[in-house]
Parts: sequence; C-alpha cells; structure tokens
Amino acid sequence: MSEQKTHLSSAVSAQNIGANIPFPHTHLLGISQLDQYDIENLLNRSDAMVPISRQPKKTLPTLAGKTQINLFFENSTRTQASFEIAGKRLGATVVNMSVKTSSVAKGETLIDTATTLNAMQPDVIVVRHSSAGAVELLSQKVGCSVINAGDGAHEHPTQALLDALTIRHHKQRISGLTIAICGDIANSRVARSNLLLLGAMNVRTRVIAPRTLLPSGIENLATEVFTSMQEGLKDVDVVMMLRLQHERQSDTSNKLPITPSIREYYRFYGLDAEKLAHAKPDVIVMHPGPMNRGVEIDPAIADGPRSVITEQVEMGVAVRMAVLDSLLNKGEKTIA
Amino acid sequence: MLNPLIIKNARLIDPASNTDHIGAIFVQNGVIVDTATGEIPGAPEDTIIVNARGQLLSPGLIDMRVFTGEPGHEYRETLASASKAAAAGGVTSFVCMPDTLPAIDDGALVDFIIRRAQNDCCVNVLPSAAITKGLKGKEISEFGLLKQAGAICLSEGRNSIQSSALLRQAFTYAANFDLPVAHHVSDDGLTGVGVMNSGFFATTLGLKGIPLEAETIPLSRDLQLALLTKVRYHAAQISCKNSIEILKREKDKSATISAGASINNLTLNEIDVGQYRTFFKLDPPLRSEDDRHAMIAGLNDGTIDTIHSGHDPQDVEVKRRPFAEAASGAIGLETLFSAALRLVHSGDTDLMSILRAMTIRPAEILGLNSGRLSKGAPADFFIADPDYPWVVDEASINSRSNNTAFEGARFSGKVMQTYVAGQLVFDHENEVPIA
Repeated sequence: MSEQKTHLSSAVSAQNIGANIPFPHTHLLGISQLDQYDIENLLNRSDAMVPISRQPKKTLPTLAGKTQINLFFENSTRTQASFEIAGKRLGATVVNMSVKTSSVAKGETLIDTATTLNAMQPDVIVVRHSSAGAVELLSQKVGCSVINAGDGAHEHPTQALLDALTIRHHKQRISGLTIAICGDIANSRVARSNLLLLGAMNVRTRVIAPRTLLPSGIENLATEVFTSMQEGLKDVDVVMMLRLQHERQSDTSNKLPITPSIREYYRFYGLDAEKLAHAKPDVIVMHPGPMNRGVEIDPAIADGPRSVITEQVEMGVAVRMAVLDSLLNKGEKTIA
Repeated sequence: MLNPLIIKNARLIDPASNTDHIGAIFVQNGVIVDTATGEIPGAPEDTIIVNARGQLLSPGLIDMRVFTGEPGHEYRETLASASKAAAAGGVTSFVCMPDTLPAIDDGALVDFIIRRAQNDCCVNVLPSAAITKGLKGKEISEFGLLKQAGAICLSEGRNSIQSSALLRQAFTYAANFDLPVAHHVSDDGLTGVGVMNSGFFATTLGLKGIPLEAETIPLSRDLQLALLTKVRYHAAQISCKNSIEILKREKDKSATISAGASINNLTLNEIDVGQYRTFFKLDPPLRSEDDRHAMIAGLNDGTIDTIHSGHDPQDVEVKRRPFAEAASGAIGLETLFSAALRLVHSGDTDLMSILRAMTIRPAEILGLNSGRLSKGAPADFFIADPDYPWVVDEASINSRSNNTAFEGARFSGKVMQTYVAGQLVFDHENEVPIA
C-alpha cells in the first residue's frame, strides 16, 4: 500500500489529486461495495478537495467536457445542490432533472428513463429514488458511471462519506471511536450507509431508538443496540441524529403513525442538553438534515458549540467532488 | 380413436399404492386398464408398445395453484400456453386461480374456462371459483351454482379474506355444498408494504419486511374456523417453521384439514433475492434457510400435504422495476418436477414423498380419481429420467412469460413424455409439446 495519510494541503492542484490510487469501481451504489482502503482513498481525495471550495477561484477543470446528469425522483434541495456545485467546481456540465419535469410522471418506467438518458451520452448520472435498489437497477441499463444519491431506505453513500470526513477532521481518526446513531433507524438510508462505513472502519457503533423504529436484524449491523438515549449516549465520541421521517409515514404498514406524538418522541429521543451530558465532553453532534428542530433535536444543541452540522454540508461538496473525480478520472492525466 | 397403448419396461412409481417396481402399464380408451410386473398378456393386435427403457413412470402431477392470464391478461398467459407449459413439466391437471379479469366468481365464467380448456388445452384444467364476488372480500359468491358449473374448489387466489365473520360464513356455506376451500393466509395489516421476509437481509437491502405472523395469525384463525365449520379446508400455501408447528397441532383434530407449499419455499430462501432480483419476489416471500428446512421436515412427516408450482406469469414490464414496485410471482409449471427432484438428490426427502404431494394427495383433497396408477383411473402420467442433466434456458420456456426463479438453474432430472387420457401431449424428443 502507498502512504494513505494526507493533510489539508494548502497548494492544491490536479497533480496531487491525481496522485491518489485509482478508484476500482465504475459506480458508487453503496458503502457495501467499498472496503476500508476504498473508503480511506475517497476520504483522502475529499480532504484534498476541501481547500478548493475555500479558494477565491473555486474551480478545477479536471472534469471539463464531461456531462453530469442529476436525476432526482425524490425531492431534495441540499443533496442535489451539493452534487451540482461539486460537478461545476470540477468543470463538468451539469444538468438537473427532477421528477416533476420529466416524463416519469407520464408513466415512463425507470428503465425507459435510463435508456433515454443513456442515449444522450452522459459521463455520470447521480440518482435519487424512493425505492431501494432502484439506482442499482438503473446502473445496469446505462453505459456511464452512476452515483447513488439515496435509494429508499437502502443507502446514501456520499452522506456516510461526508459524515466520516467531518468526524476525521474533528477527531483526527475514525477507527476506535464510539459513535451513536439515534432516531428513525428503520426508515433511514443514512443509518445503513453509516453503519456499513463505520463498521468497515472498526468503529464501535450504537443505534438508539424506540423499538418501533429499530428494523429486524439491526443487531447484526450495529455493535450495540439501545432503547434509552441516556444509556446509549454514555461516553460516545460522536452523536448522529436522524431526521424523523414524517414524509415516509404513509410508507409504513397501514399508515400507522411512527410515534404517538412529537412531544413524547422529543421527551425520550430528542437530543437535548440533559441527554447529551452523558456523552464525552468533546462529543460532536451531527445531523444529515433537514432538521426537525424540536422533534429530534433541541435547537440550542443544533446551533450550539458541539454541533458540526454546517460543516457536514461543506464536507458534502468536497466528498462529492472526490467521488465524481474518482469515478470519471481513471488515472488518465487530464491537465498538464 | 386412439390405439391401445402399452408402456413396458418402466419403473412404475405409484404413491397411492406405495409401490415402486419395474413393470408395464396398459392403456385403452384413455383409461388405465391394467398395470403389471413384466409384460401385459393379451393386448390387442393394434396396440402401440413403448419401451420406457427403465425410466420413471409416475401418475401425472396435479398442481393446485396456477395463475393464467385468461380471461383478461392473455399477453401474460393463456389457458393454452399454460397447458403447454404444464405438459412439459409432467403436470396433467392444474387448478387455475380465479384472479382473472373478470374474476371467476360466476357460473358462466367457470363454464367459459371449462369450454376453453376442452378446445385449446392438452391437459386437464380445473377451475377454482372466487370465494367472494369480484375477489373483493365483501360478500360470498354463489357456491352452489359455481359447483354445478364445474368449479373444483373455492379460492380467493392471491387475496386473503381479512374478516373472520365472512370466513366463517364462507366455510359454513362451502361445507354445505361439500366444496373444498383453498385459502391463502395473509394478514394485510401485518404484511403492510412488506416485500420480502422480515429480517437482517431485508434490513440491509432497505426493504420492508413481511413478518412470519402475517401468515401464522390468519392460519390459526382459519384452522379454528375450519374445525368449527367442518369445511374441507386447505391452507393454500405456508412458508415457515411456525406455520408447520401450528398445523401439526391442529391437523390431528380433523381429517379435512390439509396444507400446501410452493416448490419455491421448499427449494429457495431469502438469500436468493440477492441484489433485488425481482424474479424472487414471491408471495409468500422466500423465508430463512431454517424455515426451508422446517418445511421439508413438514413435507416428510405429512404436515405439508401438497406441493404446487404457484405458477404466476408476469410480463417483463412489471418485473423490471425496483424491487418494491415490481409484481410478485414466478412461473413454475415446467420446472416443478425438476425442482422437486433437487430435494431428492440432496437427500432431504425421497421420490415417493414428493410425488405423493403432487399426485395422490391433491387428488384426494380435490376429490379426483386421477393421481394414481390404478385400474380405471385416467391414463394421466409422465415418463421421466430422474438424472437427466439440463439447464433452464429462457429461450426454451413454453410459458408466455419467462419470469422463472430458476433461470440458468442446473437440474438433474427431467420429464421426457407426458400423457393425458392416454394421449402423448409432450415429448422431449420433439422439444416442443404436441398441441
């Protein structure tokens, strides 16, 4: 193995980004396809991307001439914007397609859409879909790279990578930490991708949720399972809060409400100062957004000193730049 | 008029009489006239004599759960194309489900199926009739008239009746007309939006799970109502260990309770779903390997009476979708026997047990005189090489749809010839069934 560790470099150029190990995958469909070295490789590349967004001139023309299509079957503001900015900062031509303006609403199937878009010769398609496995299905029908920007309750790999990058910036490591993921585990692709990534990185993972929001077999994905925030948060290094999936309420059996009331959920599972006090003093608090303030998190915590939530958004752009670059620049020298 | 037929040098295996020996079978006018060890003496001069060269000769399979697309969805499957697929699989009779457009809930529609089958089909098609009008689960259909028109049994097809009161009424009324009821057990609420077996695999795939209780709770209810009403009750398809345990307890109390299992639940498990393979999206869902083993044990001890294909043709359009949005079901008529042989070759069960569950047991449950190699029985049988190696190939599928859960599967054992009423309806040598 070559030296993996990189630091935030002040002088970023295409040269030292290209010096990384080639990324051995065509698509990024999930964390499950990655091993520890793939993950470290992507995080190192992401690290190198961070300063670009902080420069006055925020572009690097490594993807000049490439076409990126953002195909979002599910509404998303931040993820779509993040991918769009990431592509544009690398010089790609970015086209956004959302479900409302596409012919999917007219009954065109996912496969038809894939075939049609493929004929337009894109280099990468970024897909979000409400059905688990839909992005993988689409990837089988196109000739370009595909990035999963979230498929149902399955995976959201770039979210897990940006979370890992944020953690690494604050803790200087990932391996060996104790990290709690709290809330609506059952409906969360973020939880699954994070559990897979953190598991691969030798993290002690905890999930904390009421039993109704713990999916069957979760004990095989997390190191420990808790139903009490106070117990689960004891001595953790990182708290990851999840959005209570109000919009997925109708997905669940018989439209049963996923919690009897917001006030009860907040009392027992909302992150407030009292519960957070059980964690380590230098704990960081994360949230993939968008937040339900006063539902899963106290606004004072969300905006407080332990929160790294806005930094997650910044890291999101870096991670997506790194992923795009890794998939589209396979060792070829793009600029002199 | 067909010539008399003797098939000699065959390994006659007949679960009804529990016999398995080399012999000959003599057929005249579509009926088995005699079976014997060695040659049958005194055959007429114009008798056609076929040498089976020691291959297996079994009563034709009776498949209790087959969906077609006729009427209403002929692009998926017609009765004729389903019967060709059946013939290729050694299935000489099948019960067609009432889930058509319109649903088979009226005597005239039962009559339509029977006439269509007589004209177009090379195997026996036995129509089941909807328990409730339009399969809506609201009011029971005309059981007496349906039986008179020729319905072999009652079924709610893919649906499961949720109201216990309605079921009680249906069971009571069915008992009145001595009509068997084959009911799929599924609690709609517990199934919810579930699409595969609940558990670790569903969780990692991000798919909603179907808990075992979605099957066991309605099964318990059905069995209690069956005991109460004394209806001829058949749990259409069960899939898990807990259901086997419940059935084992209750079956002793009544001789008119029986249960079926899909060959898919006996030979495949949830891991086969792999990365969202929609041909493995089935109802009931593929369960765990432990459940599969319990199901095989249930077959061996008689808790499971029948094995069916659950043949459910679906077109490409509804299968090539994200898993949760794809249609359920797989075809299976052509692979039923070969897939069942897997359980024999693996040492999990024996040939007599799988054949019993696909011949005499369904015949007894439905009140048919076929499913056996005895004098006077219809000459419905098939000849098979139990070790013949072959690979399932989409191109050679007789069914109009190709959503098989066994695409590319390597099988040992194949149906070589199928006879219905003494007439050859499928011959492996010709590769295509004889219409």
